Amino acid sequence: MSGNSRRRKIGQEQIIFAIAVAVFGIFSALIPGFLSAGNIVSMVQSVSVLGILGLGMAITILGRGIDLSIVASMSVAIAWMLVQLNAGAPLAQALPLAIGFSILVGVLNGILVAYVEIPAIFATLAMGVTVYGFGKFFLVASDVNQVPESWRWLADLVSARPLGVPVPVIAFLGCAGLAHLALRYLRDGRFIYAMGDNPVAARTTGVPVRVMMVLQYVISALIGLLAGLLMTMLVASMNTRIVSGTLVYDVILVVVLGGISLSGGRGGILSVVVGTLLIGIMLNGMTMLNLTYTAQNVIKALILLLALVLDTLINPRDEQTAQQGDI
Amino acid sequence: MDFKMMIKAGLVCAAVSMTAGLAVAQDSVAPGYYDALKGKKIGFVPISMGFDLTQGWLAGMQRQADALGYEIIVRDPNWSVESGIQAITSLIEEAPDLLIIQNNDNQSYNRLVQQAAAAGIPVIQVQQSVETRSDAYVGPDWYNIGTVTAQALVDKCGAGTSGKIAVVEGATAAPASILMKQGIEDLIAQHPEIKIVSSQAADWDATKAFSITATVLQQNPDLCGIAGFWDVADTGTAGAIREAGLEGKVVLATSGGGSRDAGCAKVSSGEFAVYNSYNVAGQARDLNDAIKMLLQAKLPAGSAPFALLSPLVQVTKDNMTPASCWTLDEIANSGG
Repeated sequence: MSGNSRRRKIGQEQIIFAIAVAVFGIFSALIPGFLSAGNIVSMVQSVSVLGILGLGMAITILGRGIDLSIVASMSVAIAWMLVQLNAGAPLAQALPLAIGFSILVGVLNGILVAYVEIPAIFATLAMGVTVYGFGKFFLVASDVNQVPESWRWLADLVSARPLGVPVPVIAFLGCAGLAHLALRYLRDGRFIYAMGDNPVAARTTGVPVRVMMVLQYVISALIGLLAGLLMTMLVASMNTRIVSGTLVYDVILVVVLGGISLSGGRGGILSVVVGTLLIGIMLNGMTMLNLTYTAQNVIKALILLLALVLDTLINPRDEQTAQQGDI
Repeated sequence: MDFKMMIKAGLVCAAVSMTAGLAVAQDSVAPGYYDALKGKKIGFVPISMGFDLTQGWLAGMQRQADALGYEIIVRDPNWSVESGIQAITSLIEEAPDLLIIQNNDNQSYNRLVQQAAAAGIPVIQVQQSVETRSDAYVGPDWYNIGTVTAQALVDKCGAGTSGKIAVVEGATAAPASILMKQGIEDLIAQHPEIKIVSSQAADWDATKAFSITATVLQQNPDLCGIAGFWDVADTGTAGAIREAGLEGKVVLATSGGGSRDAGCAKVSSGEFAVYNSYNVAGQARDLNDAIKMLLQAKLPAGSAPFALLSPLVQVTKDNMTPASCWTLDEIANSGG
């Protein structure tokens, strides 16, 4: 959302923020201990990995793309790293190979979207399935891959709390800050917005659109890898089954919930942070209320519907969205 | 008859009698045993081939299949119930001599079990059972695992502790999860000093188990124990305990298939205080026994259902030996 329109109307970001504050207030009143500093830290901690994945996804969506392969490439790269570590390979071999794998997936995504000109949603969907299949066939025999005991100090490192703040939270806020600054102040960051807003105009004005597209998928794959590393070290294992779960939709959810438009170019990193916080507050509060899994899903879905309805009431569909269409 | 012919005839005679003697020797111990198994086809549809339980069962079953000359056809639905239904349906069409299925829940494959029986194919259900009983059930007594897990927490969370425990469940629709929870609740009901402060489903997933446990520990920093439902998911539970700096203070009791990586390694590192193993190596033997019994008995499918419940092995740091857990290589080389 550009500066002008923000002054004119209330954005989705603000609506979601207001809902987050309201839900936070209700839970604080209902649940003893909800408002404690420790709980607020743990609340953010539980969604940090989701938020980091959201940052990678946000960068592709802002550039009018989408990366549906982010979870597959993350889980296969990490699982492959664990397979190597379990076979006795040094970290100096396993980690660079995992990073190389992620870069390769990002480059292939970028080439398919930018040069072969397949729509991002299909290219990355197919890439996700391919990466998972390739990984399960050639690289990783089992779904569940444990962090070997000899590398447990890595897990301990991630479990540390410098100044009382968990490492994943620091990573999330750090990445969000970097992404925000890069998108706002770096030339390449502005290019991503320009591409997302109008790729043809961006190319006409001299933006290297194709190269930038490849770059954005490499960035999202690498951010995904970082999220995967944190996730794996926290739970001391990586289960490639997450690829067939709903994680990738949850990631799109936190991105879109906060107000990043699926048609590209609109929204910002703050949207991801706000969307992630709302999900974090809800998950934490409902767990503390000891609601059942099904009840939690129903309430989550209702709040999302409420957010969408409010957005439509405050920001009615205008001519531009009518022309572009939205997903 | 010249001399050569006599020798030839003699040799043939000797060969025939030796073969006959061999056949008699085999048959005298177990008449028809080898014939009942040789050349048979067995369909196996697990939830997914990608984890320790299914890999262990298959390794053990494959060893016996190779030794006795029958074939195991594996169809891997990779966690998808729909693919599982398709796989079983097409296997029923192919009419194998026996079908082994692992259920996701107590409903999805119910009609398929009935269809297989109607088509005359005996069915072994492994690990979880649907409502329809089939020829055999091989798997744990989940209710019992629940009570044993709860008893471990009752023992450690009595006087002098907060008496607070949390339950990190599996998937809400899975019979294993429902029965374990029932077992835990029934036992805790007899112990007023113990209080269940939270009971949440982690969907057999380590990441979900992590975030649930992190929240519960935040709300109850004096928590005494946690009942976990599966070792693989409870690496996440243990991760949250470690992250909260409560290692050694919160007792985690859980259960699983007894693989060295997922089970005993976590016991020796102190993450699992009590670990109840249903011993996949033993389950593989149970599966092999059920296969041999059903193929020899040749009763009409579904006419005489039986169960082989997996005996539990309780592993703690104190009683653990190298034989408490298994590796896939061990089962593939000498198990089943």
